[in-house]
Amino acid sequence: MSISHAPPDSSPPDITDTSAFAEDDSDAASSRGGAAGSPAASVPAPDVALDLEPIRPSSSRRTRVPRWLRRTSGPLLLLLLWQILSATGALTPDVLASPGRIARVAGDLIADGSLPSAMGTSLRRVAAGLVLGAVVGTGLALLSGLFRVGEDLVDASVQMLRTVPFVGLIPLFIIWFGIGEAPKVAIITLGVSFPLYLNVYAGIRGVDSQLIEAGESLGLSRWGLVRHVVLPGALPGAMTGLRYSLGIAWLALVFAEQINADAGIGFLMVQARDFLRTDVIVVCLIVYAFLGLLADFIVRSLERLLLQWRPTFTGR
Amino acid sequence: MATDVHRPVTPKTADPALGSPAHPAPVHPAPTPASAPHIHTPATTPAAAPHAVHVEGLTRSFDGRPVIDDLRLDVRPGEFVALLGRSGCGKSTLLRILAGLDRDIEGTVLVPRRKAVAFQAPRLMPWKRVWRNVLLGLPGKPERALAERALKEVGLDHRSGAWPKTLSGGEAQRASLARALVREPDLLLLDEPFGALDALTRIKAQRLVGELWQRRGCAVLLVTHDVEEAVLLADRVLVMDEGVIAYETRIDLERPRDITDPRFAEVRARLLERLGVDTAAEAA
Repeated sequence: MSISHAPPDSSPPDITDTSAFAEDDSDAASSRGGAAGSPAASVPAPDVALDLEPIRPSSSRRTRVPRWLRRTSGPLLLLLLWQILSATGALTPDVLASPGRIARVAGDLIADGSLPSAMGTSLRRVAAGLVLGAVVGTGLALLSGLFRVGEDLVDASVQMLRTVPFVGLIPLFIIWFGIGEAPKVAIITLGVSFPLYLNVYAGIRGVDSQLIEAGESLGLSRWGLVRHVVLPGALPGAMTGLRYSLGIAWLALVFAEQINADAGIGFLMVQARDFLRTDVIVVCLIVYAFLGLLADFIVRSLERLLLQWRPTFTGR
Repeated sequence: MATDVHRPVTPKTADPALGSPAHPAPVHPAPTPASAPHIHTPATTPAAAPHAVHVEGLTRSFDGRPVIDDLRLDVRPGEFVALLGRSGCGKSTLLRILAGLDRDIEGTVLVPRRKAVAFQAPRLMPWKRVWRNVLLGLPGKPERALAERALKEVGLDHRSGAWPKTLSGGEAQRASLARALVREPDLLLLDEPFGALDALTRIKAQRLVGELWQRRGCAVLLVTHDVEEAVLLADRVLVMDEGVIAYETRIDLERPRDITDPRFAEVRARLLERLGVDTAAEAA
């Protein structure tokens, strides 16, 4: 709003308002003072200089520090602070071991083979649970997504069971499956199935009805519609579900391995807890994080491969 | 053209009580029973005069309110018919019925077995490359070359391997047209296919459809709200109102038609008047 555009018959309060504004704004007051002083001048003077501001190209606004360096400096500073606190004795080893010590312990654990074998055990559990959960989750989702009968039979039950926190079922699973591998895999399977079910089901039901109609008009059979329209359309949803599932799989693994485990990363952690070895615990946490990152990377690659038809929004 | 093979769009509801007495269409029997879904040829269909479309006593209601009410329509093989009407007059519903996508109907509807639809939105499967979209739904295992021939016809063979989402609006619409043409339809149904295109692209697309129709010789039913487009392309223009064909006119102007031709303007004005648009303001 520039003052010069104010209509000549504008109400007095407006004019006092704007002139007060002009007095405040020392820059604008000098250039627009004339117009503000004579509110009767309805036609704006052509020679009033407008305040032009340059639109700077986005490249010039970038700082010279590369992005990756800025991104990594935060965590590095945190690590440095941690090391300093540990070195000065403010952070005792039985609360949290120093980064240097953790690195050494990690090296030792890898060298004596205990960490790789624990990782192998844990990975096997997650893989088994994931595969089983994927089969159950997608299978049920296909059943209720593609068939009206399936929906009536399956969906209500799954929606009901979904509200039960799956971790709470651990005692029951121990009674059913004993304390071997079975309850651990079962808990991961359970955790994985629900997000996959929900997302695949929503994906199937969310397929654009216009595309289905187009498929019908092209003479596709029911199976053809499922194969060429419904399933590919549900794929983005399925990938989202897979991502959630992986996150939950690691969570379920942590829970499952804290109980009666005699191998795996969780077992290493429980053992370390008994000996107050915070360094080993942190190493295990880092391993969990690393495995989670790896899983995420796999899903991302899968998405890039399967969803290459989607125009990607890369962000800025 | 092989328009002798007709397939009725079988009504879903076979309720004989609704069929004969309510509607003055004694020439056709009550809605086809489900026992004869395929080669149902009513005795009333005149065998001598071939039709690409034969519709009689067609009624389609939404919640008891008839949108199409005892409609009658015949399209000759190879004829280009444009269907005009105000929005909500049921013209798109009629097209969907002819395409076999809406079967909650009463009455007789005969359409060729080989028909194809191009919608207002291109409706390409985004997960299939353009050429696969073109071949989608064809029986057997058609070769990519078949798709490329159809794409060449609409001038899109260079984008054959592209993902649909990378096409421009006009390109996507042409791909959709190629997908319809590759089926070698005896009846091509076009549902406002140029509605979403910008003015320049639309002119090109209209010209393309005109050329393709002349080359292929299939019957075309073009649903549109653009009077100029209808007069430019069609042999016959129908105006739909209150669920029936309220007005129809033959366009005998020689092709290619010239918008600046005074006869063109006259037909256009007459149609606009029929559609309830004040032509005095238009003429100015």
